[in-house]
Amino acid sequence: MSGEQPRVGFSALYRVFFWIGLFSFGGGLLPWIQREIVTLRGWMKDEEFLPGVALAQILPGVNSTNLAVFVGQRLRGAPGSVVAVIGMLTGPFLVMLVAAVTYQYVLGAPAIQAAMAGAAAGAIGMMLNMGVAAVRSASRGVAAILVMIAVFVAVGVMRWSLIPVVLVAIPVSVALAWPRGARDAG
Amino acid sequence: MRDDPLLGLIVVLAPLSIASIGGASAIYAPLQYEAVEVRHWVTGAQCLDLFAISRFIPGPSSILGALIGFNIAGLLGALVAMVALYLPSSALCYAVGAVWDRHRGKPWHTALEQGLAPIAAGLIMAGVLSLYRISGGDMLTGAVILGSAGALAWKRKLHPFILLAGGAIAFELAWLVR
Repeated sequence: MSGEQPRVGFSALYRVFFWIGLFSFGGGLLPWIQREIVTLRGWMKDEEFLPGVALAQILPGVNSTNLAVFVGQRLRGAPGSVVAVIGMLTGPFLVMLVAAVTYQYVLGAPAIQAAMAGAAAGAIGMMLNMGVAAVRSASRGVAAILVMIAVFVAVGVMRWSLIPVVLVAIPVSVALAWPRGARDAG
Repeated sequence: MRDDPLLGLIVVLAPLSIASIGGASAIYAPLQYEAVEVRHWVTGAQCLDLFAISRFIPGPSSILGALIGFNIAGLLGALVAMVALYLPSSALCYAVGAVWDRHRGKPWHTALEQGLAPIAAGLIMAGVLSLYRISGGDMLTGAVILGSAGALAWKRKLHPFILLAGGAIAFELAWLVR
């Protein structure tokens, strides 16, 4: 623990994740969380945050709630995780209740579907932006770049299943990063 | 076995929470099978309707499980389903994160951190590609993705609402002139 920063309040933590959760359409939530936690508030550094992004995607469960668990845990321990996840799910839960009662009237209107698809595309763009930044910061030497390309091709292009790919990629990538990691930590 | 719907929701959804590896889409097939064929909570047509809603509202698409819970047991059913869906996977993530945090600063931790970074980057880019494919993979979608990414590169603190609204407006205009 670094401990130089003042503790993040539970209500601030809840509010951040509430708004992210309420407007989480079409996936690209990880960059939004990064923006709020790292870029705007400086609660975490990018080096602390990016491993969370990897873990959130590798572990079972929804990426965004997993990342909320990781961030909450880092900032305020177990209660922080609970607050972050509940914040993340409050909005969707309430909208879900409204939708379950009223869906016959709204769903299927093509104008609304077009708007939703457009918002989703905007969210994918945020994800692309985050990907480019992650590629930049992870490009420490040829080995890391090769691992990055291999993971992208295997999961994205070839559509191999995630688990076997990361089970191979993690030991290889960590072994390649070992000398530098030991030096940086020492 | 199927007298108590709340217990049934937990029995069906909690294992799926841990099984949803690589996102919520992994659980659609087993969830639909359990809800429609095995337990007759909803008809096939209802299930499809609820699926459409789950894509349409904010939040993870596995919230479909909570919609089914609401359908069979009202508000309490929805709440029980939420807990069953997200508590097991969150607890696992917490356990891993706690171990991760305890070893901060040790050489192997730094090596793991640096080793995970390129994997995270590769996975994010793979995610972009697969989301692009799912969204139809047409020119307009590609243009909005690039425009949104470019706008964010230009102004890093740009609010996400602007990007989402921009995408929605572009699609709305395209839908009007079509």
